[in-house]
Amino acid sequence: MSIQGSLGTFLGVEMAKPKVGFFELSSCEGCQLQLLNNEATLLEFLSLLEVVYFREGMTEKSNDYDIAFVEGSITRDDEIERLKEIRHNAKIVVALGSCACFGGVNQLKNRFHDLEWVKKEVYGDYPISTRKAAPIADFIDIDLEIYGCPVKKEEVERIVSRLVLGKAVTHPQYPVCMECKANENICLFELGEPCLGPVTRAGCDSWCPSNRLGCWGCRGPAPAANFKQLKEIVKRYNIPVERLLDRLECFGGFQNIVTDMRGSGGKGENET
Amino acid sequence: MKLNCDIDIKHLTRVEGHGNIRIRIENGKVAEAQWEVVETPRFFEAMLVGKHYENAPYICGRICGICSIGHTLASIRAVENGFAITPSEQTAKLRLLLKHMETLQSHILHIYFLAAPDFLGVGSVLPLTESHPEVVQQALRLKLLANDMCDEVGGRRLHPTRTVVGGFTMLPDRYRLNQFRQRLRASLADLLASAKLFSTFDLPSFSRETEFVSLKGEGEGIYPFIGGDLVSSDGVVKAEYDYLAMTNEYMAEYSTSKLSKLSRKSMAVGALARLNNNFNELHPQAKEISEDLGLLAVNHNPYMNNVAQLVECVHVVLDSIVLIDELLSSDWQEERQPVIPQAGKGIAAVEVPRGILYHCLEFDDEGSIQRADCVIPTSQNHANIMYDIEDLARWCVAQGKNDRETELLAQMLVRAYDPCISCSVH
Repeated sequence: MSIQGSLGTFLGVEMAKPKVGFFELSSCEGCQLQLLNNEATLLEFLSLLEVVYFREGMTEKSNDYDIAFVEGSITRDDEIERLKEIRHNAKIVVALGSCACFGGVNQLKNRFHDLEWVKKEVYGDYPISTRKAAPIADFIDIDLEIYGCPVKKEEVERIVSRLVLGKAVTHPQYPVCMECKANENICLFELGEPCLGPVTRAGCDSWCPSNRLGCWGCRGPAPAANFKQLKEIVKRYNIPVERLLDRLECFGGFQNIVTDMRGSGGKGENET
Repeated sequence: MKLNCDIDIKHLTRVEGHGNIRIRIENGKVAEAQWEVVETPRFFEAMLVGKHYENAPYICGRICGICSIGHTLASIRAVENGFAITPSEQTAKLRLLLKHMETLQSHILHIYFLAAPDFLGVGSVLPLTESHPEVVQQALRLKLLANDMCDEVGGRRLHPTRTVVGGFTMLPDRYRLNQFRQRLRASLADLLASAKLFSTFDLPSFSRETEFVSLKGEGEGIYPFIGGDLVSSDGVVKAEYDYLAMTNEYMAEYSTSKLSKLSRKSMAVGALARLNNNFNELHPQAKEISEDLGLLAVNHNPYMNNVAQLVECVHVVLDSIVLIDELLSSDWQEERQPVIPQAGKGIAAVEVPRGILYHCLEFDDEGSIQRADCVIPTSQNHANIMYDIEDLARWCVAQGKNDRETELLAQMLVRAYDPCISCSVH
């Protein structure tokens, strides 16, 4: 991953000033807006980059960019072509947010195996085009993933700074639970709340549990996740399995474990 | 007079989501004028089917990255109405405070980052950091204040964490609330400066008569935000649960979003509609600024929605100060009340930044969602935008505008509605 163009040096380290583009597929566009949501550091953050494509924020457009941040999942055929074009133009493609990384909330419609029913439920008999929601890595090679629904701006800033400095980007291997403990929160299981903190990849600084909301797993599984233990915790605290499954299937990161727990043809599939 | 003109804008910039503008003028007549919505549908209403009620606010908040708080609160109200839960006074005040700060954040984002560049002759806010640094700083200060308060009350500025059916998971810190009160007071200077800046903007004098739909304030001096009667400037009045009589959704080939109409072929919702229908309920200081900027009810110039948003910013800041005073005048009560599901239907109407939003949820007796319906403000505006573009094209011919001017005016028109297109398709 190398980027041309230079900002000069900082503490003796060569800094690139990459041309970046922000793109959105099926999404709420919230992850892009998160980038504008850190007002205190916004101007400094922008000074690291040359933004050449940001449809939601600027009129000028260019296809000459080094880094493409892609938000959203693929839910219609025409998006595949757009995505491939972005891949073709960019040196580095970053999947921005849970929709791009795992399909996000959009993939909740996939649990109804009959897409015709899904269409009919919303549009009646009016013809409308859609396909199973899928993460962007199903169609192109990606270089980096930034997890979260929404992404955490501090994490985006950290990752972009490392890209600019030519440093490797790594994600925590441990789960949200570790951060939550470090933040000295009351364990949500003690309050009777289901929480995916024990299995979800950290990096959000236990954003939801610190606000007394159990983790919904938007960042996907931690490499070191112990699902067997999670099931035992849930059982010990008498939390209905369905409430755990609601969280596990919300953003698409835990697809394998959901399939495993539901079994084939289980509850929640083709419920109509 | 300009006789021929061909405008074809794919994926209009500086709006949320994907829409196209097409205008064709031949021999001085408008041959084609289209506002085309090409956003991909995400099928939120289907996603919710079979889900336990607690999923509704959490999932529905993800409909929109700008007004996630509004969607979350609408879903919560739909569930609570369905289960016959009345929020405590404290919860109602905190929710309104949170909503106010979303309104401020969203309006400031639109006014400064999306709309203002057109009036200042640039393509985005980026060049303004050089040419008008004080304007950008004003905007950032206001937006920061709104977002910081959303963090404090809702747990997070985007996709809130503390807002749940029955109340809140956690309450804000009282000391910090008092600090926010001071920041709100101080922000009035930035808002007055914004009003001064706006008075220098050359707003197009185009107007087209339409029907404005909004909530009605429940009593004197109460500008509407959460729940209440549904009204239109053509005299229609309906109860909140009768929302389908106000929305009348239909599909058209040029749009993946549903469209709405009421007494006429199209209708408008949003800040201008709210203000037109509730002008006398504005805070006196906000009303004064509105009058100074030439905005009096009922105003049919769609570009005035920008001004109406600014006026609402003043209103919500002043009202937030009152709310904080009231909240701090008594001790905290229980943050969350028990929730007992029951079978039935819950309907909520909430004024979000872009207009009136409806969520309707049907439950079985365990609180599992059987059917969901969301009617989005921008979908209610799409047809109005389309007919405005058609009329604007005619107006541009009559005014002898050249292609570039017509194109810019059409873009500014759509932006004035502050459309949230991915929301409208959801």
